[in-house]
Amino acid sequence: MAARRLSKTQPISFAFTPENLAWTQSEMAKYPEGRQASAVISLLWRAQEQEGWLSKPAIDEVAKLLDMPEIRVLEVATFYSMFNLAPVGEHFVQLCGTTPCWLRGADELKTVCRDKIGAPGEVSSDGKFSWSEVECLGACCNAPMVQIGNDYYEDLTAESFAKLLDDLKAGKPVKAGSQSGRTTSEPTGELTTLTEGAE
Amino acid sequence: MSDLVKVIIDGEEREVPRSWSLMQACEDAGAEIPRFCYHERLSVAGNCRMCLVEWVGAPKPQASCALGVGDLRPDRDGTPAKINTNSAVVKKAREGVMEFLLINHPLDCPICDQGGECDLQDQAVAFGSDRSRFEENKRAVDDKNMGPLVKTIMTRCIHCTRCVRFSTEVAGVKDMGLLGRGENAEITTYLEKALDSELSGNVIDLCPVGALTSKPYAFHARPWELRKTESVDVMDAVGTAIRVDCRGREVMRIMPRTHEDVNEEWLADKSRFIWDGLKSQRLDKPFVRKDGKLQPATWDEALNAVASAFPKSAPQKVAAISGQLACSESQFALKELMTTLGVANLDARENGAKLTAGNRAGYLFNSTIAGIEEADALLIVGSNPRKETPVLNARIRKRYLDNGFKGIAVVGPANDLTYDYDHLGDSAATLSNLGAFADVLRNAERPMIILGQGALTRDDGAAILAKCAKLAKAGEGWNGFNVLHTDPGMIAGLDLGFVPGEGGKDVQGILDSAESGEIDFVYLLNADGIDTTKLKNAFVVYQGHHGDAGAHAADVILPGAAYTEKNALWVNTEGRVQRGARAAFPPGEAKEDWAILRALSEALGAKLPFDTLEELRAKLFAAHSSFASLNVAPGAAGGSLDGVGQAGAIADAGFALPVADYYLTNVISRASKTMAECSQTFNAQRTAAAAE
Repeated sequence: MAARRLSKTQPISFAFTPENLAWTQSEMAKYPEGRQASAVISLLWRAQEQEGWLSKPAIDEVAKLLDMPEIRVLEVATFYSMFNLAPVGEHFVQLCGTTPCWLRGADELKTVCRDKIGAPGEVSSDGKFSWSEVECLGACCNAPMVQIGNDYYEDLTAESFAKLLDDLKAGKPVKAGSQSGRTTSEPTGELTTLTEGAE
Repeated sequence: MSDLVKVIIDGEEREVPRSWSLMQACEDAGAEIPRFCYHERLSVAGNCRMCLVEWVGAPKPQASCALGVGDLRPDRDGTPAKINTNSAVVKKAREGVMEFLLINHPLDCPICDQGGECDLQDQAVAFGSDRSRFEENKRAVDDKNMGPLVKTIMTRCIHCTRCVRFSTEVAGVKDMGLLGRGENAEITTYLEKALDSELSGNVIDLCPVGALTSKPYAFHARPWELRKTESVDVMDAVGTAIRVDCRGREVMRIMPRTHEDVNEEWLADKSRFIWDGLKSQRLDKPFVRKDGKLQPATWDEALNAVASAFPKSAPQKVAAISGQLACSESQFALKELMTTLGVANLDARENGAKLTAGNRAGYLFNSTIAGIEEADALLIVGSNPRKETPVLNARIRKRYLDNGFKGIAVVGPANDLTYDYDHLGDSAATLSNLGAFADVLRNAERPMIILGQGALTRDDGAAILAKCAKLAKAGEGWNGFNVLHTDPGMIAGLDLGFVPGEGGKDVQGILDSAESGEIDFVYLLNADGIDTTKLKNAFVVYQGHHGDAGAHAADVILPGAAYTEKNALWVNTEGRVQRGARAAFPPGEAKEDWAILRALSEALGAKLPFDTLEELRAKLFAAHSSFASLNVAPGAAGGSLDGVGQAGAIADAGFALPVADYYLTNVISRASKTMAECSQTFNAQRTAAAAE
């Protein structure tokens, strides 16, 4: 992973929507007077939910709301990899490349991403997709897996993943969770343990 | 709970205060603890892990800087905690830390400016391996722009964050930070802005490696080839303790020395980076104006030209003005000479400040700089201490961060002082109605009033002076009345009585009389801050070291020595007399200033009664005893405030601050390329910020 920097292209301004602005006030009110800076992560997260990524104006806005120096907010934004410092596609694919997923074929999924979307970090020409490799997302039982938006898509193969991307592109409804048909992380096929009384 | 804790350090049982860190306790026991991130004057970060020690029984080595001795549990058998600072565990731990640090540190010591004075280099000798086990690629980091003073080679950075903590805590600028994490961590300023602080150069000293080095000094010299002279800085009135490093006769750099009562260990940027100004625009031979043009001359010609122009029979037609950078000895010699010749028109108050000689308490910083740390209320009148005396301002900020002030208020222009304050008003008339702050001042135990030159140079300066002296609390053990000077010359002048004698004229009077022709001979000793256009009709002698305003107006130029080139006494704003030392010789035919005046006195037929600097100093000490006690600030014992200033009406008008551009305040800084570049960079940056 390279050093995380602010994107070279930046919007001119950022403003929270009225609802989000009201929410930031309630979030800041959770902390004692003078400790409003504690709300920095939740405010950044809300800004990212609103725009899809964190721009410099957004960081400046959060700094202004919390009365923090901009550099302190930027420190937080660059520390956490879930803050996107560059624009992402409508469907942002975070592909787990950590050992269990890697052993179960994450490399093939990466090839699919490269073919269908492009280089990591780049937004596809139609604006629908972008992807990046991330560290373990904690769904090793269902490796290999990706996170798209807020949902996990698990037990992927190159084929099922390609189909998933195609469906998303076509705007068809897709099912989150395991793509191999099993429920959560139950065994594939028949139960192998605790079979007694399992009906 | 007892205030003392028992702890066994390297087998020796000791009792140390509960508030100490383990590192302090170990150092107190005589152990040497290596460290990178820990610094006495900054907050504890505990991220370099170099200061690990063994706490017998604990599962892992402990970072001694971040562990308080109060947190050490006694052993199970009830004996005090056992700490080892040089066991095998400690050695292995430190070797491990060092190996990790060196993984990404480039092996470029031969081309690194920190070489020879690098903490990492020194400690690698002690704890480093002679070869690396790391076979992967080293990381490389982009260099950052931090302005014209600080050069960055960020690949060398070991992320100790000393620079971040310094700029945030001491300097009070919130632009520096550590971005990213782990291997991708990078120190940078927000959007790579130049570090807009007058103390930014200190990050160079703080950086334990060669990541932040001095840009003007880059690749100029190695520390071991420099001759080091301990001296005193004169760029502002703080009198910072400095070390002047020379190679041959050239000043290569200026570094701070530790002086707890004055500068702790900080040094302002102008003082640190001024040295290139010592090499340009210098007056290196005497000049005499012939046919309307200044032409080189010999010393004899120049001195004779002065003597023949001097109206001996009419001393009332003669005047002498001494300026910002005039040392005590030369002012004393000039005063003796002029008094012998019957001249009464003397003035050291080049800026026209309404201060009077005599009662030292009336023009000194009586609370003392170290005393700021005891003050509990502060009123700043007509001053921007951040620009006038950055190091002193850092003290105020330190006290502010300790929550020591019940209130800080400013009367005068509102500037960013790096701490919060109440802005009471722009006009001096506000002094008559301080509102709620009057109660804060009255109820404070040790209130301070800082009166800047911006208030004293006004026509009603004496009235403001009297008003503030009345507001100030002065008594046994505390004097809260403080005059903040901008330059050392005037303070020495006031101490010496380099002020108008019986019937003499002050600076304004001298200039007006020179214009009207009443005075036709003016002697300028390092005086460049006056309106020289008024001197057209007079015969002007300029004695000084740089070709600036004074020299341009002169008919005879007598080249003197700059502060690094003479042994001289300097007085700081507290009234502390300190000895400056000669680090290099003056260029060309220039001479030490007291010697020039001694030679001139002979040409004028009024030979001064001393032949050496020692003899001069003996006379000076006899006449003005305050100069005899070196490095003493009179403080509260300096005298009472009775009769300071002159009561009168205070005009309802704002203040004009003395330091408009921090980087260009005196002849040396105006000759410095580095300072010109700073002025340009920071003014542009500020204009851009204001436009946003």
